[in-house]
Amino acid sequence: MSGPLHKDYAGAKLGMWLFLFTELLLFGGLFLLYAAYLARYPREFGTAGGQMHLGFGTLNTVILITSSLLVAMAVTAIQRNARRMVLWLLGGTVLCAAVFLFNKYLEWSDEIGKGIYPNSPKLVAAPPGESVFFSLYYLTVGLHGLHVLIGGTLLTLVAVRVQRGTIHAGDYVLLENGALYWHLVDLVWIFIFPLYYLIL
Amino acid sequence: MIPVENVPPAGDGGFWNDTGKTGITAWIFSTDHKRIGLLYFYSVLTFFLIAVVLGVLLRIELMAPGRTIMGPQTYNAVFTVHGVVMVFLFIIPGFQGSFGNLVMPIQIGARDVAFPRLNLFSWWLYIAGAAVIITSLFTGGGPPDTGWTFYVPFSERTGTNVSLAVFGVFIVGFSSIVTGLNFVTTIHRLRAEGMTWGRLPLFVWSLYATAWVQILATPILGITLALIIAERFLGTGLFDPARGGDPLMYQHLFWIYSHPAVYIMILPGMGVISEIIPAFARKPIFGYKMIAFSSLAIAAAGSLVWGHHMFTSGMSDTAILVFSFLTFVVAIPSAIKVFNWVSTLYRGSISLEAPMLFALAFILLFSIGGLTGLILGAAATDIHVHDTQFVVGHFHYVIFGGAVFAFFGAMHYWLPKFYGRRYAEKPAVVAWVLMFVGFNITYFTMMVLGMKGMPRRYYDYLPEFAPLNLVSTIGSWILVSGLILMLVNLFRGLFKGEPIDRNPWGAATLEWTIPTPPPTENFEEEPVVTHGPYDFKGAGIP
Amino acid sequence: MSEQQHIVSYGKLTAIWLGLLALTALTVWVARHNVGIGHVWGSLAIAVVKGGLVIAFFMHMKYEGRLLRWLLFFALSVLAIFIGFTFFDVLYR
Repeated sequence: MSGPLHKDYAGAKLGMWLFLFTELLLFGGLFLLYAAYLARYPREFGTAGGQMHLGFGTLNTVILITSSLLVAMAVTAIQRNARRMVLWLLGGTVLCAAVFLFNKYLEWSDEIGKGIYPNSPKLVAAPPGESVFFSLYYLTVGLHGLHVLIGGTLLTLVAVRVQRGTIHAGDYVLLENGALYWHLVDLVWIFIFPLYYLIL
Repeated sequence: MIPVENVPPAGDGGFWNDTGKTGITAWIFSTDHKRIGLLYFYSVLTFFLIAVVLGVLLRIELMAPGRTIMGPQTYNAVFTVHGVVMVFLFIIPGFQGSFGNLVMPIQIGARDVAFPRLNLFSWWLYIAGAAVIITSLFTGGGPPDTGWTFYVPFSERTGTNVSLAVFGVFIVGFSSIVTGLNFVTTIHRLRAEGMTWGRLPLFVWSLYATAWVQILATPILGITLALIIAERFLGTGLFDPARGGDPLMYQHLFWIYSHPAVYIMILPGMGVISEIIPAFARKPIFGYKMIAFSSLAIAAAGSLVWGHHMFTSGMSDTAILVFSFLTFVVAIPSAIKVFNWVSTLYRGSISLEAPMLFALAFILLFSIGGLTGLILGAAATDIHVHDTQFVVGHFHYVIFGGAVFAFFGAMHYWLPKFYGRRYAEKPAVVAWVLMFVGFNITYFTMMVLGMKGMPRRYYDYLPEFAPLNLVSTIGSWILVSGLILMLVNLFRGLFKGEPIDRNPWGAATLEWTIPTPPPTENFEEEPVVTHGPYDFKGAGIP
Repeated sequence: MSEQQHIVSYGKLTAIWLGLLALTALTVWVARHNVGIGHVWGSLAIAVVKGGLVIAFFMHMKYEGRLLRWLLFFALSVLAIFIGFTFFDVLYR
């Protein structure tokens, strides 16, 4: 119906940041559990963490950082009114998202094949802390993967609107907010990566 | 001021005549904050009444030892659903959704909230969540029987339909987040010219503090509830000691949200009281800055005390010490508010009309609730009364005697503005007396029972508790009779009562400067604010 | 849209990207060469630097007003408090 009379750019961005805070706190709950259980089971976490695929983790980190660069460049491009460039960059970002998820699929298939998944007989029999580590791993990375999926979809929709010209150099807050969301996905992964793949 | 005879009939004039869509679609697809406010109001009121019925049934069951009207499993389900509906479907969304939406944009001189479509989306999420919760009662293993806290390990193992209920609460939580970020953005961005932070009405300040709690605490509830579902479906074992999990971590996560949630419930209520008292004492509020600051302080300090729900759960002694101390800290800003309200009354020109009576009741009942909270916040005394009827009495004093009485006060104070008609004064006062008396009989008795050792949530009790339980149940009947009288009088008044002009109470905030009922655009031209919210002289009110 | 728009050049963004990649390499290197229990904090410190770069440049926080910066700081502090206060229980039980 009746929209706001004028577009409040700063307001839209403030609203987006507030939403990002809620996302941070959402993942924060899982990080809280991770911290508490790491304090209790440092050794079991170490054994469990040793079974992770560092290769997949590093590769996906590089992919996400690159996708973050591409979407940041897309914002610069729309400010410079380079629409074709924006579309290419957004396409690149979404492609990165897809590759990331595909890697995740390969990684999880392998782990599930080895009998590592929540409530698997292997983990039930394992020392107590290991099961907690892998459950947290699946939940955190799963939730993150869901966000990758949502972010990819969001940026695809944004790209469609750029194509149609409803997002342009004079009004690109949707693109900018979409990019902010995508950076958040990257940001969360920057912490997931060392916590689950590296320090143990 | 417009002459009274020029006021259009109820349900007419102002935003009521905003045509374009007709029938129900003019409401459920409207992005007008006033319509969304009324949608929210009637939705939460409906759930409130449902939960009241459940509460009365609980009291009837407890009237005498042994079975009275229901079996133990039904009893467990009824107290769970009473709690879930009251907390998640009534009082948490209640204030922000209804009076926050109705009044806040007008009070800051805006024509709507920052994101009107998101506002409507929030109501839809709320309704969707509510529908899921209701579905959970009649499907699967039947209504959840865990208590509204969904404590593990029971919530993981019970055969009742916990998963669906929890999913519904998750959706309602998302709705709460959306409202919160909408309100923070609105208050930052859409204040009218001259509406500085120092001229913000105190109701708006309280909504602002509340919105921050909604933004920062609700996601923790979201992840906690998601974890229950994961535990039930995937067997993640995160809270299962046999697998290395720790049930206490669930309690931490749950209360990190659910203690601040208490302030989501009570803070807007305090804001309402801060509006009503100066209007009916005809005196600028005493200590404006301190009340505004204490809203933020309550929100902040209230987020640091969740551990006081876990003193007997096996938490570390250090944590008990820290959380007990912090709990006492919250008492300071709460007391600041109470002292300032009372100081405002001092030498005021007080008119004891219905909204004012509710405000006065609030001060007394909230103080009792707050002070009994300290008994629970001190670790030593808490061990004696933990999980007894004392706790039930305490939080009903805070939430019912506090927040809900403030909600009733807001209904009498603001609803006439939006309907253009008012209720009859005398029945409103009688209803208030009945509720006040019934309330105290019901819940004070519970606190006494708790002191004597009667546990909460128990289906049966020792014969020695019988007389007081009977008293409490009779009190609940008085309470409900007052409630019925109040609602009948209020709604009859809104639809058929005396018309009112734009400022029936002589209050100085912006919503009383515009026509009654408010027009769709709120203000004909963008207002320029030149005086504070309680500056009666500046507003030209005698 | 009257606000000043700050345009971050492709070059600057690419430089940040290279920095992030270097930090990723560093953190993997640190993890492979066991530096003892301190590596938990070391890895987290590197993650914080990486996150800071993303927020400051990719998310334009460096060019935003004071309000957003304070709010972000506030939100992160709240998260830190939630985790930190839980440790009053976890560490001393």
